[in-house]
Amino acid sequence: MTSTHTPETVIEAVGLGRDFVLSEGPLFRRRRRTVSAVRDIDLTVRSGEIVGYLGPNGAGKSSTMKMLTGILTPTTGHLRVLGVEPSRERTRLAARIGVVFGQRTTLWWDLPLRDSLELTRHMYRVPAADHARRLAELTELLELGPFLGTPVRQLSLGQRMRGDLTAALLHGPRLLVLDEPTIGLDVVSKSTIREFLLRANAEEGTTILLTTHDLGDVERLCHRVVVIDKGSMAYDGDLAGLRATVPVPRVLVVDLTAPAPALHVEGARCVRVEGPRQWLELADNPTAVIGRVAAEHEIADLTVQEPDIEGVVASLYRGAAAGEPSPSPSPSPS
Amino acid sequence: MADTFARPGPRPAPRWGRPVERLSRPIRVYLLLAWTWSRALAQYPASLLLMTLGTSLGAIAEVFAVFVVFRHAGALDGFSLAEGLLIAGLASLMFATADMLMGMVEGLGQHIRTGSLDVMLVRPVSPLIQIITDRFALRRLGRVIPAGVITGIALHHCDIDWTLGKILFLPVLLVSGVAIAAAIWLAGSCLQFFVIDAREAANSVTYGGQALTEYPLSIYGKGVVTAVTFAVPLAFVGWQPVLYLLDRPDPTGLPESLRFASPFVAVLACTAAALLWRLGLRRYRSTGS
Repeated sequence: MTSTHTPETVIEAVGLGRDFVLSEGPLFRRRRRTVSAVRDIDLTVRSGEIVGYLGPNGAGKSSTMKMLTGILTPTTGHLRVLGVEPSRERTRLAARIGVVFGQRTTLWWDLPLRDSLELTRHMYRVPAADHARRLAELTELLELGPFLGTPVRQLSLGQRMRGDLTAALLHGPRLLVLDEPTIGLDVVSKSTIREFLLRANAEEGTTILLTTHDLGDVERLCHRVVVIDKGSMAYDGDLAGLRATVPVPRVLVVDLTAPAPALHVEGARCVRVEGPRQWLELADNPTAVIGRVAAEHEIADLTVQEPDIEGVVASLYRGAAAGEPSPSPSPSPS
Repeated sequence: MADTFARPGPRPAPRWGRPVERLSRPIRVYLLLAWTWSRALAQYPASLLLMTLGTSLGAIAEVFAVFVVFRHAGALDGFSLAEGLLIAGLASLMFATADMLMGMVEGLGQHIRTGSLDVMLVRPVSPLIQIITDRFALRRLGRVIPAGVITGIALHHCDIDWTLGKILFLPVLLVSGVAIAAAIWLAGSCLQFFVIDAREAANSVTYGGQALTEYPLSIYGKGVVTAVTFAVPLAFVGWQPVLYLLDRPDPTGLPESLRFASPFVAVLACTAAALLWRLGLRRYRSTGS
């Protein structure tokens, strides 16, 4: 592969945008309206990165993913994935990337998992020996053994997702594009998949781009997050930076020995009271606030809650929504 | 486990092999997918058998209707019973073969709605091949076989002057007819790229067209004959080949040289259908998810 000093560019998007033309209204009086799903995205992803692509529903995440994989043709901008223009050379690109849609399977619904993977092998033209070796390794890592012979439609969601990941990785893709890979999974399955992805990234240098609403995924996996809102890029940087951009205060949870009215302490603001338990938003050093509370009340227990990324992203959305009016014509309810 | 994720080696095709590869690979993938689906559906042999029988009965009933009409009328527009059965059998054979090879393409709208077309688009194989082999139904052989048998019997009973030219040209006519029928299937289904519920409209040409071609075209009005010759080239599936085999002048008054046009019409129809498919795919907008 390439030298480690200058990691090669895997995704390069400049001014990427996609418009949709909607026709609405009754026949003969239809009006056409252009809506931009994605606009002016500049994104460079280098080899070996794990990038989380976040945003609320309808923000343009899936449209971006579809442009990156060649399903949708961009309306504006310049896009190269692994040096290829996706919509022009979709088939060539498809052989070099792996794609997982969390909401729908890439496996064949009525075929046993093993047959599905065998078909995948032929489609991606993986030599039989390579396939057997890789399948054995992935079977071990993702514990596929017990359900390799089961038809895909009978697999549980977690099993199916592991099967989908296997299918996406059997041909050794340079780039893995995951659209909500942990949606609907339980804690154990999520963890298996996250650890597996980290390993694929560390050992093979597979570049990973994932969309998710699960911020546990982001915290565990992503070195870098890109937040998109209403089709435009709202943030691109690391997780700590995102937290700093939109400061969400830490919260001190205090259990007093007896119920008390809301505390008024310097450097903190009481946001919630539930019997003896109170939630204080910290504006100051926690130690100082704890000292001030302890001076007036007897404390039974206390914990400090770190702001979770969910709150950070939510307030970023709110900020973006309040900050600037959307340039796209807002649809009038009909 | 340092080599856990070692990539499979590159597999460059030799340069001289590429043109061959470009032709042979889609066929290989088609056969592989069709075989896998047939095997999967054959896991329920009773169901497969009943479905195949049902399909056969349907096909036989259609030809039986033709049989009854000719028995009752004696001859239709100068075509005897055996000749009538040859027209019906040949049209049915070509349509049934095209339907078996290509018919699944009418599920395009369904694939667009459910998003499974997106999944096909991210695989390094033509989405068309993936669609037409999706749930590949071997039971459709249940229409091909009876149609083939009836055609064979009718050929035997017709008074055909078998020249060397006819023996050589017959396979060309058969392949062209199947290709034209397949192109009509594809073009009709491509409408679903533009109008999602166009399936029924397309069926009026595909299944409707098949019903139309089961009788000598000369019984229809001049307008119909012109339309199915020059607009939707159904006349080249069944009708024109039979005129050629029987050495009949065209009773509708169209030039006799048309019967040799089948291969050209087939190429034209397939090109048009392929262009429509490309246009549709380029305009494809995917569904939200």
